[in-house]
Amino acid sequence: MTDATHTPSDGPMLTADGIPLKKSLQIALRRQKLRALVLIAPLLLFVLISFIAPIADMLFRSVENDIVSQTVPRTVIALQSWDYDDGKAAAPDNDVFAALYVDLSEAEEFKTHTRLGSRLNYETTGMSSLMRKTGRGIGRMDTDKYTEQFEALDTKWAEPAVWVVLMEQPGIADALPETASAWKSWQRIVANKGDVLAEEQPDAFIYTTLYRDLVKQPATAIAAYTGAEADLLKFADSAVDGFETVSLKDQFIKMDKDWASPQVWGTIKAFSSPYTAGYFLASVDLQLTPAGIEEQPENQKVYMLLFGRTMFMSMVIMGSCILLGYPIAYLLSNLPLRTSNLLLILVLLPFWTSLLVRTSAWKVLLQQQGVINDVLVWLGLVSEGDRLVMINNQFGTIVAMTHILLPFMILPLYSVMKTIPQTYVRAAKSLGATDWTAFWRVYFPQSVPGIGAGSILVFILSIGYYITPELVGGTTGTFISNRIAYHISSSLNWGLAAALGTILLAVVLLLYWVYDRIVGIDNVSLG
Amino acid sequence: MRKFKKPEVDLIRFVLPLMALAGAVFGFLVGTANGSPLAGTATGAICSVALAWVLATYVPSKRTGVAATTVLFGIAGLLIAGTGGVVGGLIVGFVLGWLSYWLFTGGYRAGTQTYATPGQVLWHNTFKFICGVIFFFLIAPILTVMPLSFNAENFFTFTPAMLAFDPEGYSLKHYRDFFTNPDWQQALKNSVQIAPAATIISVSLGTLAAIGLSQPHVPFRRAIMAILISPMIVPLIISAAGMYFFYSRIGLQGTYIGVVLAHAALGIPFVIITVTATLVGFDKSLTRAAANMGANPVTTFFKVQMPLILPGVISGGLFAFITSFDEVVVVLFVGSAGQKTLPWQMFTGLREQISPTILAVATLLVGVSMLLLTTLELLRRRSERLRGLSPG
Repeated sequence: MTDATHTPSDGPMLTADGIPLKKSLQIALRRQKLRALVLIAPLLLFVLISFIAPIADMLFRSVENDIVSQTVPRTVIALQSWDYDDGKAAAPDNDVFAALYVDLSEAEEFKTHTRLGSRLNYETTGMSSLMRKTGRGIGRMDTDKYTEQFEALDTKWAEPAVWVVLMEQPGIADALPETASAWKSWQRIVANKGDVLAEEQPDAFIYTTLYRDLVKQPATAIAAYTGAEADLLKFADSAVDGFETVSLKDQFIKMDKDWASPQVWGTIKAFSSPYTAGYFLASVDLQLTPAGIEEQPENQKVYMLLFGRTMFMSMVIMGSCILLGYPIAYLLSNLPLRTSNLLLILVLLPFWTSLLVRTSAWKVLLQQQGVINDVLVWLGLVSEGDRLVMINNQFGTIVAMTHILLPFMILPLYSVMKTIPQTYVRAAKSLGATDWTAFWRVYFPQSVPGIGAGSILVFILSIGYYITPELVGGTTGTFISNRIAYHISSSLNWGLAAALGTILLAVVLLLYWVYDRIVGIDNVSLG
Repeated sequence: MRKFKKPEVDLIRFVLPLMALAGAVFGFLVGTANGSPLAGTATGAICSVALAWVLATYVPSKRTGVAATTVLFGIAGLLIAGTGGVVGGLIVGFVLGWLSYWLFTGGYRAGTQTYATPGQVLWHNTFKFICGVIFFFLIAPILTVMPLSFNAENFFTFTPAMLAFDPEGYSLKHYRDFFTNPDWQQALKNSVQIAPAATIISVSLGTLAAIGLSQPHVPFRRAIMAILISPMIVPLIISAAGMYFFYSRIGLQGTYIGVVLAHAALGIPFVIITVTATLVGFDKSLTRAAANMGANPVTTFFKVQMPLILPGVISGGLFAFITSFDEVVVVLFVGSAGQKTLPWQMFTGLREQISPTILAVATLLVGVSMLLLTTLELLRRRSERLRGLSPG
């Protein structure tokens, strides 16, 4: 220790550089930590982006619901004062319909109304066709009466350039709030069509909002506006009371009478917030209705059944793995090393064989024209007419998955049993225990950790299984994961898929936490 | 040391009844197949008893006895059921011959204590039998696939021609289909392009991180480990769902890069686990010695550390490779038709049951996995030897 000089008088121990030893060690330690982190950082970043972010995205999607408030923002605001009142309420008033008119006029241009319809259709059937029908009819409403009346008042109202000048004036939003808001939609529509704003005469919904603003706004508000075309506006304001009015509510109800139903409005209101628990409720066979949380109708209750079935079948698979795996692990751990290594190959070969190979093997064996049935028929145990149905049901899934997951039970059991000294059992026997007592009271308790580790592993793996149940499960042997896949690729209800996935993930993580407590994640070994 | 005298076996009261039982079982099976179970059972029992008595009395050499019985029953099978019967006859003959000797020479007591009671001996053999059945359950499905892949018909089961060992019943047409069908070739090509790329990413990043993780002072070690291992813990369907949502947001869904990234993420835990396990036995003084002699960290890593941990890195790489090569759930969602891999093609084939080409592919894949298993075992031994954990 020549580089550490101790100053006997006072002060701390110094290194050769004159830095206090403690500080120098701290610097070295920090450098070491930093080096470790630099080595880990690229991978950590990679996993965070390519794996953790997707999982987070899924969690987010399970509650995300901004489609309603983004597609029909004005309607959502206008609906705030409306109350569903357990279905006894009447349809909302004209203000809400006016907001809906503007919102859907824009949505129709961007075709987002059909997406909104599909989204709301998950909650109330008929919403999808209602939205489609309304989208087709929205351009053909009687509101062009307003357009005609304004044009009759002054031909300037028909000139796009006048509109552009008027709507760009400061203070116009105070004078004509609804029109200014609708104008923004009109700008987006024109931009989407690739047209020039100053050359397109505004759509009927702009005239409608203008009419509504002029009627509703107090005369002082219009008078307060002093920008360009102020006279045009003031003249219109004085004349507007004599206009023929069009009831937007009646127009919508004429298009589809469902718009009079409080159920439709209740659904829009219930799902208007940007986050919803609706998907999670649907995952546990509840539904968020306008009146609050209710149970799903009996014929649509599938998810609790599926969760229950997934749990039950995973338990059965786990149980059969224990039954089949225990004797093998016991045999392997009690044989001479050379023989047991040889037999271990028989366990490892299926472990290493492609999952699809094993699943196809079971399909070949179990199907009605398959090998097992053929042998049984040949032996005369089963007649040609009633071959056993062993596939596309729960039996098929259980057999195939037990075979596939058995190595995951045998390997942890074997590694635990290898460490149990045989002398204990011999000692028990020499003290007078029978074979059974010696096994049950001495050997078995020592092998329980292995059973625990193997069981949790098999259980975790099996509740998330997708491929095998999909191929050999038919309709009665499928798991919750098959339903998730169905919602992603067929029904396109991604939110529900995400919510189901989140619940499954929570169960798996909980089980892993237990596994970590019992075995320790660090002790995971690979064959 | 005094040799224990073998316990006497009672021929009449022990061996012959058991042989009668075994013969009856075989006789029953053959009899039912031919439509007369009772006659079959009786004939089987009588033949078997006679055989056991002849063998026990006149043929002391086990090898000669078993061989003679096997041939005899093989000929009998040929006479009864033609070419297909030969194999059945040979099997029955071998089993019965072996069983006779096993019983009357006391072979059934091997492995038990000399003082074991009959009950204990019975249990010992029953246990061995149960284990045999379970091993059969484990291995038989995989073995069944192999002969079926040579089927000349488009069936998923054995045809009569196959059972009669008629060369007409066998063909390589499913293999030919695999090597000429553009669908399968494209799938093979995709698999071969995706798996190595994913392996390279997970091995290079994973090895670096494993070295970092094995340093003595790593802040948040448990949390980092949990994140890195998580792709192995989360069920594949959830990973697939999340990746589908996220990758379609950022435009990677349905691209080659997206699939490679997803597969690399799935392979990382295996690399981390195997490489950290190798590093546990790594002697730190070796790197210190290298540094002491003037090597810079990079040289030290490539010249000293890398060769020693290489077996672990390679087996981690093999795990990552097989994870990607066998993976179907994630690629099903993250990939598009252009990234159809071999497992994906098999999956669609199985769902729609198009052709037994799947079985040919399965047989080839079993070959690949045997190869991998052997490589891994050799690597493990080499690694242990390098680290001085086991002699020679």
